[in-house]
Amino acid sequence: MARDTKRRAPGRRSPWAAAALIGIGLLLTGGAYAGASAAMAATGETEVKSALTVEDGKKLFQANCATCHGLNLQGTESGPSLYGVGELAVEFQVATGRMPLQAQAPQAPQKPVQFTEEQILAMAAFVQETAPGPTFPSDETLDGEGDLAHGAELFRINCAMCHNVAGAGGALTEGKYAPALDKTSALHMYAAMVTGPQNMPVFSDMNLTTEDKRDIISSLLWQQETVSPGGFTLGSLGPVSEGLFIWIFGIGTLIAVTVWITAKSN
Amino acid sequence: MAHEEDPLEHERASWKPSPGLAVAVTDPVHTPEVPPHRERVTDKDPAAMKRAVRTVYTLFYLSVAASIWAVAAYMLFPIEDGSLVSVRDNNLFIGLGIALALLAIGIATIHWSKAIMSDKEFIEPRHATRGRDATRRAAYHAFEDANEESGFGRRTMIRNSLFAALVASVLPGLTLFRGLAPQDEDPVELLSHTMWTKGMRLARDPEGTPIRASEVTLGSAFHVIPEELASVSHEDGYLEAKAKAIVLLMRLLPEQLVPEENKMDWTYDGIVAYSKVCTHVGCPVALYEQQTHHLLCPCHQSQFDVSRGAAVIFGPAARPLPQLPIAVDDEGYLVAQSDFTEPVGPSFWERH
Repeated sequence: MARDTKRRAPGRRSPWAAAALIGIGLLLTGGAYAGASAAMAATGETEVKSALTVEDGKKLFQANCATCHGLNLQGTESGPSLYGVGELAVEFQVATGRMPLQAQAPQAPQKPVQFTEEQILAMAAFVQETAPGPTFPSDETLDGEGDLAHGAELFRINCAMCHNVAGAGGALTEGKYAPALDKTSALHMYAAMVTGPQNMPVFSDMNLTTEDKRDIISSLLWQQETVSPGGFTLGSLGPVSEGLFIWIFGIGTLIAVTVWITAKSN
Repeated sequence: MAHEEDPLEHERASWKPSPGLAVAVTDPVHTPEVPPHRERVTDKDPAAMKRAVRTVYTLFYLSVAASIWAVAAYMLFPIEDGSLVSVRDNNLFIGLGIALALLAIGIATIHWSKAIMSDKEFIEPRHATRGRDATRRAAYHAFEDANEESGFGRRTMIRNSLFAALVASVLPGLTLFRGLAPQDEDPVELLSHTMWTKGMRLARDPEGTPIRASEVTLGSAFHVIPEELASVSHEDGYLEAKAKAIVLLMRLLPEQLVPEENKMDWTYDGIVAYSKVCTHVGCPVALYEQQTHHLLCPCHQSQFDVSRGAAVIFGPAARPLPQLPIAVDDEGYLVAQSDFTEPVGPSFWERH
């Protein structure tokens, strides 16, 4: 092989040329994308600093939400009524980017947030004033100082079957899924339990008390902060990702070693 | 054997053309030609050979170093504080040392055999498959003599009693399997009944606090155990009882429910209770979608429609989830009307 390289005509490409070209191409594309997204992020930092009123919230709602939810929250063919969903549900849906809805699909995905915090709170205040519902919890509920062990037990009983025992999320039917909880804020954990967004069941204070919710939130926050002592988590998805890893890398390495053992030496 | 002039001599007779339908050939096995010997770099270039030798002994010494490192890592990263992080460091660094030590031995050995040891090809003739006629006769006579002298074929009483003894000796092993099922109770009876009885309150898992009908809001899902289960200790079979009695409680709009004729009064104002044990192989079915009212089993993707009596709408489950008939007592708490009217969980032999 080595002698072939020396004898190659000066105009011919080396077999490494294709690999090098692909590598350079990938680096350039990646670099350009990183630069562009950094530029986008820099321009997106225009914040409205004025305090918005319920009246502003109403205008924002009518401009952005009323097409599906109706001018008076009554709902339409394309969207449910918002009577009694409360400001907490509005904050959850809009501040996680689920609303405004991207498309009529099995599930609204999380996407970049479309409104400033001020605007979201103004819309939430409008919805709350028109037809009240669940509201924001006290700071103590979200402080993450609850009973971790009790919270984890409640999580295993009530949440883990969909959200995975490590909070890594999991699949449901027909394209729906329970999202991962590794980046979810304490407020949004609380809001999801209280309001039951999309296909998640409601866990009202009469099912899990405020203290129970505080424990669950604490255990999830603890999991978010704790480094995995076992090394690579591979997404904490259990046998699926671990099996895939060992099939590709474990068996791949074995095949490579086998080929090396049986190949004749140069 | 390997040094005979022609080890296949006695077999050649059976390769003679036969008068059958097959196309006969004189020698069905064509010995492939030995490819010309190709010299390796290490054969031609003494410097390369020197390099290969150096690589091999360096790897062996590297293995020695890695073994010493593994011993040192045991002392450098002790699991004294009991924290998970120290367990990780201990395992990681000892493991890396041992892995490198063994891997270096393996790689060095293979490299040694491939690059340095002689790789001259030579032919080792295969042994004949068919034994020589003399050997075959001798083997036959060995069996015949053994049969004659032991009387195995002649003394049928002895032979048959031996067969009986052998068969009987397996029976004690089979009997032991009975120990897997409960000893003093009928397993069918145990599988057919759960802890639920008439009037027993539905309670939250794991606290065991009873649930009022008014507390079950629309769209919520409660994970339920019998109220009395919470006071059962693990020694008294808490887990066994729980594994059969767990229930999922959900509230739908009453008009969304399409109950069967004989189950009309099994619900209370849109509140339904179903066994959480999948009828396929017994996984806990609790992935409830409150908008579609579908229950998904995470193990094999069986789906049940809660609004239509937990009927199977997808997947391998054979039967709907058993429904727990519920009512409300005079204090407003949800209670069971009775036990489940059919066995919960997967099929078993006697289930009809």
